[in-house]
Amino acid sequence: MAAKPWSVAFWLLVWQGSGMALAAAVPHGGLLLASPVQAALRLLELLPSPAFWRAVGNSSVRIFGGFLLSCALAVPLAALAAGHPRLRDLLAPPVAVVKATPVASFIILALVWLDARSLSLFISALMVFPPVYLNVLEGLRQTDPKLLELARVYRIPFRRRVRGIYLPQVLPYFRSASSLALGLCWKAGAAAEVIGLPAGTIGERLYTAKVYLQTPDLFAWTAVILILAAVFERGFLAAVDALARKAGQ
Amino acid sequence: MEIRVDGLRKSYGGRPVLDNLTAVFRPGITCIAAPSGTGKTTLLRLLLGLERPDGGTISGANRRWAAVFQEDRLLERLPAAGNLRFALGRVPGEAGAVLARLGLDLSDPGPVRDWSGGMRRRLALARALLAPSDALALDEPFTGLDEENRRRCLELIREMGVGKPVLLATHDLTGLEDAPVVRLGG
Repeated sequence: MAAKPWSVAFWLLVWQGSGMALAAAVPHGGLLLASPVQAALRLLELLPSPAFWRAVGNSSVRIFGGFLLSCALAVPLAALAAGHPRLRDLLAPPVAVVKATPVASFIILALVWLDARSLSLFISALMVFPPVYLNVLEGLRQTDPKLLELARVYRIPFRRRVRGIYLPQVLPYFRSASSLALGLCWKAGAAAEVIGLPAGTIGERLYTAKVYLQTPDLFAWTAVILILAAVFERGFLAAVDALARKAGQ
Repeated sequence: MEIRVDGLRKSYGGRPVLDNLTAVFRPGITCIAAPSGTGKTTLLRLLLGLERPDGGTISGANRRWAAVFQEDRLLERLPAAGNLRFALGRVPGEAGAVLARLGLDLSDPGPVRDWSGGMRRRLALARALLAPSDALALDEPFTGLDEENRRRCLELIREMGVGKPVLLATHDLTGLEDAPVVRLGG
């Protein structure tokens, strides 16, 4: 459900009022809660800096890369599992474990195995896998068996079956999983960077802001994560919608 | 090039649907007449290779079939031309004329989900008739059609089914008095 502009404006006003009240009531209150205006001004200061764009680029490549890597693995595995119940049974426990385990446990464990630079890519991929795999699998299991029989009788080649039957069936499931997973991968990826502290990333900047009590920086970088998550989600879903339109022809 | 079934048996959950059926299907229309639920669809599914018999033999059925199923089995989001392209790989040159004879418009850009039940049924039949095939399995192809459309469909089946076995499952033999009949269910 998309937020209405008036409700966003209302909560921004509440935030601004709280920040100003805290700053007036408590010595150095601005350190506890930066107002949205302070965060926006800080963000405007950061924008021209090459280090800002380097951090955005590094984090985006790793986190979105993890998402794409996971999709590239989850979709074919779901396709295989849909036709092979034993593979489905085999994959069920690890998928359930990844789904239920707190992301912090995986981050700490992964830090033992991996260097800090690969951490956010790995964690992002790990968090994305269960929703994409499970949704695509469910979509394939809901494929109309009567249409598959039709394809068999009319000897319709595999590529045409994929385009005519499977893709239109699976794409809505994949779309909803992608929307969920893109939010998840940014949350988990940023958390991994804050813990692993790879140089020149958003997570590192968030951690630095926390250590030096640079609250406006903390809010500015958080806003950057939210904006990036929204931009990548919209871009990716637009590509999926374009594919759905093409498959629907 | 006949299709022969000999001692064919099929049960579902212990209830026999086909019991020791022996029949021959030669080129031309053969009606499979039976009340509902007495094995018409099962016999066609066995011949199409979609199910395996419990006993008996089928010979001559391993060929290129086209079928009208009990349901229309159309891609709802696609127009008529898209449905033909999906099933046949292309829209055959004669498709426009065949659809017109059935009262349908090949150039209608709307998805078939917006069509009436009778129009969809006729499109499912046109798809089967236009498909390159050596045999036709038509399961109640006249469902939902009025007299005039039923007559048009039957005329086209007779014309386009020449030279190949056409198995026509129906409970209404009007206009088919000249065709051999295989009766099921007693």
